[in-house]
Amino acid sequence: MDPAVTRPVFSFVLTVLSLVPSCGGELSPITVAPGEKEDVPLFTMNYARIQVPFEITLWVLLASFAKIGFNVNRRITTWLPESCLLISVGLIAGGVLFHVHEAPPAVLTSQAFFLYMLPPIVLESGYFFPTRPFFENVGTVLWFAVAGTLWSAVGTGLSLFAVCRVEAFGLRDVSLQENLLFASIVSAVDPVAVLNVFEDVSVNEQLYVAMFGEGLFNDAVTVALYQIFIYVAKMPVAEDLSLVVARFFLVGLGGMVPGVLFGLVAAFTTRFTSRVREIEPLVVFVYSYMACLVAELFSMSSIMAIVTCAIVMKSYVEENVSQRSCSSVRHMIKMFGSVSETLIFFFLGVVTVTTEHEWNWAYVLFTLLFAFLWRCLGVLFLTLIVNLFRVIPFTFKDQFGLAYGGLRGAVSFALASTLPHSIGCRKLFVTATIAIILVTVFLQGITIRPLIELIDIRRTSHNPDSINAEIHSRLMEHTVTGIEDLCGQWSHFWWKDKFLKFNNRFLRKVLIRDSRAESSIVALYKRLELQNTVEILNMVSGGISAAPSMVSLCEESRKLFLASDVKEIHDILSKNMYKTRQPMAAHTRKHALPSESRDKEILLRRHASIQRSLGPGSLRDSAVPISHKYSTLPARKSLHFKYFPAWERYADNRGTMSEMAFPFRCSSARARISLRRLNTPTPPSNGALDESSCETNKVERGTNSSSGRSHVPPQHHFNLVNNSRSADPYRSVHHGGEEGRPASPTEPRATH
Amino acid sequence: MGASQARYQQEYHDLVDKSGFSLEQIKNLHYRFHQLSGNNETISKGNLDIIPALEDNPIKSQIIDAFFDKRNQRQNETGSCEEIGFEQFVMVMSHFRPPPSPMTDAEKEAVRSLKLRFLFNMHDTGSDGTITLEEYRKVVEELLSKSEHMEEEVTKDIADAAMLEVASTNVPHMGPDEFYEGITFEHFQQILKDLEIESRMHIRFLDVDTTTMHCGKFSS
Repeated sequence: MDPAVTRPVFSFVLTVLSLVPSCGGELSPITVAPGEKEDVPLFTMNYARIQVPFEITLWVLLASFAKIGFNVNRRITTWLPESCLLISVGLIAGGVLFHVHEAPPAVLTSQAFFLYMLPPIVLESGYFFPTRPFFENVGTVLWFAVAGTLWSAVGTGLSLFAVCRVEAFGLRDVSLQENLLFASIVSAVDPVAVLNVFEDVSVNEQLYVAMFGEGLFNDAVTVALYQIFIYVAKMPVAEDLSLVVARFFLVGLGGMVPGVLFGLVAAFTTRFTSRVREIEPLVVFVYSYMACLVAELFSMSSIMAIVTCAIVMKSYVEENVSQRSCSSVRHMIKMFGSVSETLIFFFLGVVTVTTEHEWNWAYVLFTLLFAFLWRCLGVLFLTLIVNLFRVIPFTFKDQFGLAYGGLRGAVSFALASTLPHSIGCRKLFVTATIAIILVTVFLQGITIRPLIELIDIRRTSHNPDSINAEIHSRLMEHTVTGIEDLCGQWSHFWWKDKFLKFNNRFLRKVLIRDSRAESSIVALYKRLELQNTVEILNMVSGGISAAPSMVSLCEESRKLFLASDVKEIHDILSKNMYKTRQPMAAHTRKHALPSESRDKEILLRRHASIQRSLGPGSLRDSAVPISHKYSTLPARKSLHFKYFPAWERYADNRGTMSEMAFPFRCSSARARISLRRLNTPTPPSNGALDESSCETNKVERGTNSSSGRSHVPPQHHFNLVNNSRSADPYRSVHHGGEEGRPASPTEPRATH
Repeated sequence: MGASQARYQQEYHDLVDKSGFSLEQIKNLHYRFHQLSGNNETISKGNLDIIPALEDNPIKSQIIDAFFDKRNQRQNETGSCEEIGFEQFVMVMSHFRPPPSPMTDAEKEAVRSLKLRFLFNMHDTGSDGTITLEEYRKVVEELLSKSEHMEEEVTKDIADAAMLEVASTNVPHMGPDEFYEGITFEHFQQILKDLEIESRMHIRFLDVDTTTMHCGKFSS
């Protein structure tokens, strides 16, 4: 739908619906027998009953429509950050409301904001937090968050106070404390839009995590400052400074305590939810919300609580819960976060139009000026200091990105709206806050992308998943840790190592149900194997028509490498199907889901198409018990034992039977492929098909199967064949893979 | 004492030039060297073996061997020594020097090359300039040895897959009769070009006296 069409429609709908509240009550039908008895009313309307939930739902729906509308055309969202668009729609809706003389919903009370609207956003940020880059840059991030915000707040406050002293502007009654309060509100940076741009442009990791971390943690700092200054503003005399500082740290760090506690308990809870998979997503939400509430109870930073809870909980929970719950959790978190953010910006637009403003040119303009100025100065100065301690210093381009990316957003707005009425110039503050938010979001939000691309900021190279990179990354870490131990110099590798050991030895044993530690190398390898299988499947079923032309490529090179036998592959694959957790990409798009179950979906789809292509009788349906399949395979004792219990556990799950049946499809297909790579003599005509698909896969590395994935995994893993196994056990395995059909391996191919 | 101090000063200055460490860092290293060697002039493998903190490191033996590997001395020799003196110790450590910042691109390349060379030498125990499949397998095995109990097959697979990856990245059009012998240094550099080694593979020096901080650690 064209946005130009949708907006008038929205406003029309809104107008209509806003008139609805005035017609509550009952409409009684015309009675047939006049005056005799009171008829039971046929049709009643009781708006008052549902008013609140109805309006809330309506707003949410409206905001979602707006979002859908914008994303119709990709180009719009590339150049105009979504926040701008949402604010615009909000402005229009606000205009409509204004004309109808309706009040906007009272969602921006302190209660509603901090308890309902902020937690989802923070949870989303916390859950998808890039932990490794964060911990590598932790000093920098905290430095910018804490010191940077303090600098901006104090600087802006003081300079605004100086401006207020000037007679001409008529602002003499704004006291120093009030100015500082206002300054702390507007110094909260909310870089959501900027982070999207950064991700699109793939700026270097350090800048990204600095921006992200700063945006996240300075909310906590701002809230702490706000509370302190509110308190101070009420007092006629300046507070004891040390108490203030102590309170500040308590608020910030104290929030982490409930976070860690609830995170650990959540992880522990998921250890036992294997039989009640339905409530697993609930665990994540409930515990993080509890952490938030407990922190609010003690007036500590709920933001820190949620973030710490999410970080602590994430890795353990994701290992304990089922794959499905895992993706549900992620999906829901994204959903809530997105809705919340959308609503906030939307209401920003609405409230802009409907509140009474107190406009003072001088104050607003100077606010804009000073906020920008102090941020730039702050970034410059702080970077100078922090670069002394950094290995990879921030260049001027990075600093520009940091400074210019200082958009203000939701938190500032909420804090301004929740200013107590005891503050005299409350309206002025609200007006100025809204002004600065609008200016930064529109001006900086729109121009940052071209500027970032213009100055050619240092980008990060996207490492395609590669086993070599993973192996050597680990190797390097171990080497440096070893060298550090050897020469007695502690450093962050040492800390990381010690933490990992502690983690493996104690935490994982307690918190994870099945706590065999899996090396990241092995996990990556399995994941890549899985991806390769998918590629093969696509080749097999999708590339059938291309096969005959590839016959000429049937000679294969005698490779040096050997692969494991098919059973091995079989088992690794089957284990992959439910154990593999895709590591979260370091940068996740804020408003898109990581494509986590892509492979599985592909497999699901392919299953259907394979079944069609290979004919109805050739593949057994999923009613076969799993144990039966296993017994037909020449199981090596250790492997069989290792994987079998896992199968049993999974067999309990209803609805996962279909998933389980798949490994056999894939591995049987794969088994066929791998068969080709053996040096066993088989008639070339039979071998041609799979041979060709292998070759095609190898040669046409760049092209992709019909699934159209842009990411090209190393596609060679499957090309490894075990030459040491003779053909016969292979055949029997192959039979097993074919679900016990006694037919020769060539038969199914004949049906192609 | 005065005479030996003067001698040390002279040595230190030489080492500063050769290795790129600062004087303070060289002094730190010297303290550590004395600790490790028990105040002898040289250290042998036995001295390094008993460091308790290294016990948990899966590639402990490779790291220790690296110190005794002549290829890491940047003098184009091969083979290994039995014992090393302080100068060799520092030369090996110089591979892990914190990078000077800012670095020009050429400097970055040089530093990368140096560090990658170190890793390459760690793999290439046969000193023939290529990493063969066997050597790679051994590395993967060692790496995974401490993390979980793996069957041999799986580690073999992983090594195979990795080799294949290298082969396909560097020699994409291998004919049917060719035979990928091993990873050469150029290929090695190629496949690891995305790993930001120059900025991650270094140690940080604390500006404190290592004896006071670590004597407890060493003797435990």
